[in-house]
Amino acid sequence: MVNLSVTLAGRELSNPVIPASGTFGFGAEFAKLYDLNILGGISVKGTTPEARAGNPLPRVAECPAGMLNAVGLENPGIDRVLSRELPALTRHYNGTVILNISGFSVADYVEAAEKADASPDAHMLEINISCPNVKHGGMTFGTSAGSAAEVTRAVRSVTRKPVFIKLTPNVTDIVPIATACEAAGADGISLINTLLGMRIDLKTKKPILANMFGGLSGPAVFPVALRMVWQVASAVKIPVIGMGGVSSARDVIEMMLAGATAVQVGAANLKNPFACKEIVEQLPDVMRQYGIRSLREVIGAGYK
Amino acid sequence: MRKGTYSILENRPVARDVYQMRLSGDTAALTAPGQFVNIELDGFYLRRPISVCDWDGSGMTLLYKVLGEGTKALSGYAPGKALDLLVGLGNGFDASEGDRPLLVGGGVGTPPLYGLAKRLAARGATPMVALGFADRPDQILADAFAALGCDVRVALVSENKLVTDILPDTRADRDHYYACGPEAMLRAVHATLPMDGQLSFEARMACGFGACMGCTCQTVAGGKRVCADGPVFRKEEILW
Repeated sequence: MVNLSVTLAGRELSNPVIPASGTFGFGAEFAKLYDLNILGGISVKGTTPEARAGNPLPRVAECPAGMLNAVGLENPGIDRVLSRELPALTRHYNGTVILNISGFSVADYVEAAEKADASPDAHMLEINISCPNVKHGGMTFGTSAGSAAEVTRAVRSVTRKPVFIKLTPNVTDIVPIATACEAAGADGISLINTLLGMRIDLKTKKPILANMFGGLSGPAVFPVALRMVWQVASAVKIPVIGMGGVSSARDVIEMMLAGATAVQVGAANLKNPFACKEIVEQLPDVMRQYGIRSLREVIGAGYK
Repeated sequence: MRKGTYSILENRPVARDVYQMRLSGDTAALTAPGQFVNIELDGFYLRRPISVCDWDGSGMTLLYKVLGEGTKALSGYAPGKALDLLVGLGNGFDASEGDRPLLVGGGVGTPPLYGLAKRLAARGATPMVALGFADRPDQILADAFAALGCDVRVALVSENKLVTDILPDTRADRDHYYACGPEAMLRAVHATLPMDGQLSFEARMACGFGACMGCTCQTVAGGKRVCADGPVFRKEEILW
């Protein structure tokens, strides 16, 4: 028997596999395809205090081994998410629900986190200070240690739920930003969000994305994500949720060797709606193949 | 929606840059004309969404145009090759509307209207069909509609005619329309035809099943996903 369970910020997860925010909606589309209870956790679509329509189309473009998106945080707003979407999810999902929160000001993050604190349906908060697709806010909070710490402190002061800060890879050095979040009271770090990129259409000679730039995800970013997870996990004492191009059970274990306590799967869900389920089902075989009896023992084993 | 493996029975050119692909496999997830499939291609990260032209219990027919590198690769696949498909995506047309329907198709927006026409004809509401193409070599399916007993009119841009130019002749006693084609055509049809109608849209999309929010358009009822809430929208829902 192999043991897939991990402990993340005090909560036991049946396995470390979590669909990443923005690639799984609020679970409804996937609940029609398989029993979501196979998932260790679910990070739901990024939520802001007010409903947002998102960016103009086109919002997606293809790349070698990945894709760009510039959705722009389309979401129904925190009130509706807490009153409708999360209760609908927890009616048929018993695992850990991570509420992903975005904002355009410190007050936005505080408002959403304060409301979420009262919800029995959100077990952890993932504070997205790394969205590359919105102006004023989003990623700008995640590109300096000072503003990242400011958001962390403000959110920390209004909730008792575990707070994970989701960081952007679009910085010169991610380590001081992660350690600043840790010092400001974060319970964990999620990384990486997407890498800023673009594509240009040869026919129109203009950018494909209406937003010009978008976030790169998919297998293309996996080595970058792995490197950053390693750098951050070996520099902080709080748990790290690793993500970025994870597409297989082998990728999950590689992320954990780099120091991730749990692993999110993003773009793979869009290519194969059964990706997370298949990864969880494949984990025991891959573990046996490499002589791993418990996933807990591989966390950070790459550098320890 | 069903994810499954489908085998290519036929993949051949039927007009300029347009290929007809017949696939065998489980079609139980196809519930309405106007739905689409999302095809995984070797060496491409995102699937390619293609509308279903027609289907039966054992397989389906797709008509697609080679527009980029992905569809170019698709056109080179030989019979016998197995493809991974997501099947039964989108809402499709509600084929119960109209006793004397009119179908309006433009270019490669025409294929899903064929499966629709078949089902309308089966309930005794054989439609009138107005089709628009750039030029004669681009024309598809006109004979197939005629074989169903439809009154078919064709407009060619090369002869300075748009599909909307042939609508005034045909709309008089029509009580419902179904349209699929380029956005400019849909816009003109929406502005021109007085009766109720359903219009099928196209958008760049990633997942095709409602998860990524990559294809949301604005409607009178707020944002709707072209892939999952559409691609067919009712006339009164649409905001341009």
